Amino acid sequence: MELLCPAGNLPALKTAIDNGADAVYIGLKDDTNARHFAGLNFNDGKLAKGADYVHERGKKLHVAINTFAHANGEERWKKAVDNAVAIGTDALIIADLGVLDYAANKYPDVERHVSVQASTTNLEAIKFFKNNFDVNRVVLPRVLSVQQVRQLAKNSPVPLEVFAFGSLCIMAEGRCYLSSYMTGESPNTVGACSPAKYVRWQETEQGLESRLNDVLIDRYQEDENAGYPTLCKGRFDVDGDVYHALEEPTSLNTLELIPELMAMGIVSVKIEGRQRSPAYVEQVAKTWRMAIDRCKQSAGDFQVDGAWMKTLANLSEGSQTTLGAYHRKWQ
Amino acid sequence: MKFSLGPNLFFWPKTDVEQFYQQAKTSSADIIYLGETVCSKRRELRAKDWLGLGRELAQDTNKQIVMSTMTLLESPAEIVTLKKLCDNGDLLVEANDLSAVQIMHDLAMPFVAGPAINCYNLSTLKVLIKQGMTRWLMPVELSGDWLKTILAQAVDENIRDKFECEVFSWGYLPLAYSARCFTARSEDRAKDDCQYCCINYPQGRKMNSREGEQVFVLNGIQTMSAYQYNLINEVAQLNDMGVDILRISADSEKAFTQLDKFKTQLSTPTKHTLATDKECNGFWHQIAGMSVA
Repeated sequence: MELLCPAGNLPALKTAIDNGADAVYIGLKDDTNARHFAGLNFNDGKLAKGADYVHERGKKLHVAINTFAHANGEERWKKAVDNAVAIGTDALIIADLGVLDYAANKYPDVERHVSVQASTTNLEAIKFFKNNFDVNRVVLPRVLSVQQVRQLAKNSPVPLEVFAFGSLCIMAEGRCYLSSYMTGESPNTVGACSPAKYVRWQETEQGLESRLNDVLIDRYQEDENAGYPTLCKGRFDVDGDVYHALEEPTSLNTLELIPELMAMGIVSVKIEGRQRSPAYVEQVAKTWRMAIDRCKQSAGDFQVDGAWMKTLANLSEGSQTTLGAYHRKWQ
Repeated sequence: MKFSLGPNLFFWPKTDVEQFYQQAKTSSADIIYLGETVCSKRRELRAKDWLGLGRELAQDTNKQIVMSTMTLLESPAEIVTLKKLCDNGDLLVEANDLSAVQIMHDLAMPFVAGPAINCYNLSTLKVLIKQGMTRWLMPVELSGDWLKTILAQAVDENIRDKFECEVFSWGYLPLAYSARCFTARSEDRAKDDCQYCCINYPQGRKMNSREGEQVFVLNGIQTMSAYQYNLINEVAQLNDMGVDILRISADSEKAFTQLDKFKTQLSTPTKHTLATDKECNGFWHQIAGMSVA
């Protein structure tokens, strides 16, 4: 089972490899990837350097080209594929059917992974990607329970990758327009959810307020930790009840599922967080490396180390973690 | 230009559904979509009931009847039901997930690509046409300019006659799908113990900001816009662009009035003022979806 770590820049990429990642995934410096943030990602020069660093150490590089190609800019997505292939990427992570079609026809020998943004949640959808684009891997959205993942893993004609740790999208990825409804920009179209340029913080008599494009997302009392106003993680009013109507600020953590995921034959566990610092990447990579190695030695008596959980909780939103949809009760 | 009645996205008691479609028979809709697209636990009508209702509508009217299918399919049982709906023998099918596209392709049957299929560009459109798509409804977050670009490219590539183009034009917008049921959560219950509570909210549950601004509607595992999308002022533009069908979502009986209004708007254009605290058209104008241009 591969440990696949995120890298938003060259230092994070090196850190990931140095701390035990089997592979890293990165994005280009434009809107062709789903973490299109200022100061993040790889230009052509950095891309080549990153590829060399990874390959010299016998590891793998995946390039995420996982937003949906704009009607008047398809060439940009095709060029992203060309660039990634030119520097020798080991895999392309793609969501758009048109881009997948292009990659499959032009570069049949370069691995194609179906991005989580393609919302592939069942066997027939997996077959669709296998039949049409001969894909090598499908990344499952964070909406399935462990039982559902097991069932898919048993029958899938394509190896599966799952999300293991990091910020939690509570909606089926690629099927969420909440951000564009509020701001005009969504993960699918611009590669960002709840973009920072629409965020406003304001001290008021009622407390510290966070707003997204003027809509009040949350309001914090002095003893509360304020978090980034991702719009699905604020507190809202449903018939007089004020609560986290969609989700609390929390992160996914599936350390305890490692033996199960391994037994199912999941080929890769993915760490979320290309937007996070090298320090985050270092801690997460190191912890997951230890956990996976210990499980490989002896899956039967694998136990999650308390120290691992503490390290990961400290890196999580609201300092809390959840099994998310893997655990049916969360649903 | 034709007008369609989209599938009802809420969960209503069987008698209400039947009554609604009795009215739909005499409505001005040219096309009626029906079926459960949100949650497989909603079983007031099962697949065979929906198909029965669809066939009854086809028999009693001259309207085209289309079976709409689920969007987020996670279990083998859901796929079994989906296959039943797809392989129905006579009625057209709206695919809302690539699983349905795969099944329709295996059956060598034409299909409609619904709004939850991520088709953002001409290359994707071509992939879907190759699979058997004969009608395309673009993702609701896309704008008029975006659509215009794709339609012009389709003309250039000589494939515009391969598909009809339908646009979601009125109603609460389906915005997101989750593993979690937000309606059950709003009643402090897990999805496995939802007690089918969606049935108590025939218009979903409004989720407001703490300042009272309406933000979203909770509809089971689906999150919708709190404002109703309304492209009434864009009808002429849609027609000029060559859009073939305008969809009025079956939010409530008001949809029937809207069908009439939209039809009238085509023949006798009038400037309508949208209520900014109830309606929106931002997506069409490539600004925040909840706003009015």
